[in-house]
Amino acid sequence: MNKAAVVVISHSAKIAEGIVDLVSQTKQPDVQVFSAGGTEAGEIGTSADKIKAVLEQADGEGGVLVFYDIGSAVMNAELALDMLPDLEGGVEIMDAPIVEGTYVAVVEAGMGKALEEVAEAVRRQEFVK
Amino acid sequence: MEITSAEIKRWLFMANEKMQYNKDYLSELDQAIGDGDHGHNMARGFQETVESLKDDNEEDMGAVMKSAAMTLISKVGGASGPLYGTAFLKASDEWKGKQVVTAGEFAKGIEAAVEGIKTRGKAERGGKTLLDVWIPVLEYVQNQELVPTELTKTAKEAMEGTADMTAKKGRASYYGEKSTSHLDPGAYSSYLLFEALAEAVTKEEEG
Repeated sequence: MNKAAVVVISHSAKIAEGIVDLVSQTKQPDVQVFSAGGTEAGEIGTSADKIKAVLEQADGEGGVLVFYDIGSAVMNAELALDMLPDLEGGVEIMDAPIVEGTYVAVVEAGMGKALEEVAEAVRRQEFVK
Repeated sequence: MEITSAEIKRWLFMANEKMQYNKDYLSELDQAIGDGDHGHNMARGFQETVESLKDDNEEDMGAVMKSAAMTLISKVGGASGPLYGTAFLKASDEWKGKQVVTAGEFAKGIEAAVEGIKTRGKAERGGKTLLDVWIPVLEYVQNQELVPTELTKTAKEAMEGTADMTAKKGRASYYGEKSTSHLDPGAYSSYLLFEALAEAVTKEEEG
């Protein structure tokens, strides 16, 4: 079974790509991590169309965990998901700090845990005290 | 009273004119409690919406609204893109296959749009958002005969009411109490949208 994949959505393409770089240090080659940062015009913002394309790319039987930053990011993530009724695996949109959450998810996914277990591991972190 | 697909199209064209005309003012409102791009975003989104509808002979109201929704989702950006896009998309489902709707069917579309905005934005009335205009307008179209001047008045008073509210959602909420005494930009663009609707319907009556 494929391992869960991770999608990082940020208003800034640099932030999203930077997080992908950062988590590559966890050395989990089987965990695919995708970035969906900025608008299609390359400006600050998020794009439902762009997120939709990345979700299609990340989709697989292992499912996808989605991390996001501020404001419209989560709305566009949910909207993109609404436009994709036929994905192969499940999608968990995670309400967690984007850097720490992504990091934990990649490590846990690398252990071969199922989507729901990875999501649970992220929630258990209780990032905000 | 009935609403036709020609009126729906005229609504979108008039909304575009208002977004262009009020572009700077909307951005100014947004600068106070957001990221200052609301006018720019709405003007761009509605311009593109009108461009794609201009040479289109589509008479299915649902299809017109769906096309507008997809353009707004792609072109508006910010939180307004997904929120207005979702609203239009939900309304399009209700009006699918129809060239004309009754007042009751029209209200059903607005109701679906409001539910869509609530779900997408996880917001409720009183949170200083566009819902503070959409919900009073919904209540008006559900309970009363659509009189254009009354519709505009309802939307305008609702928009003005957001000045006394404290933002609970979106980037404006990061400003907390500081957001109070400012009009909500999304509420203002929604007021423009419904003022455009009132004018689109008035024109039909005169014609």
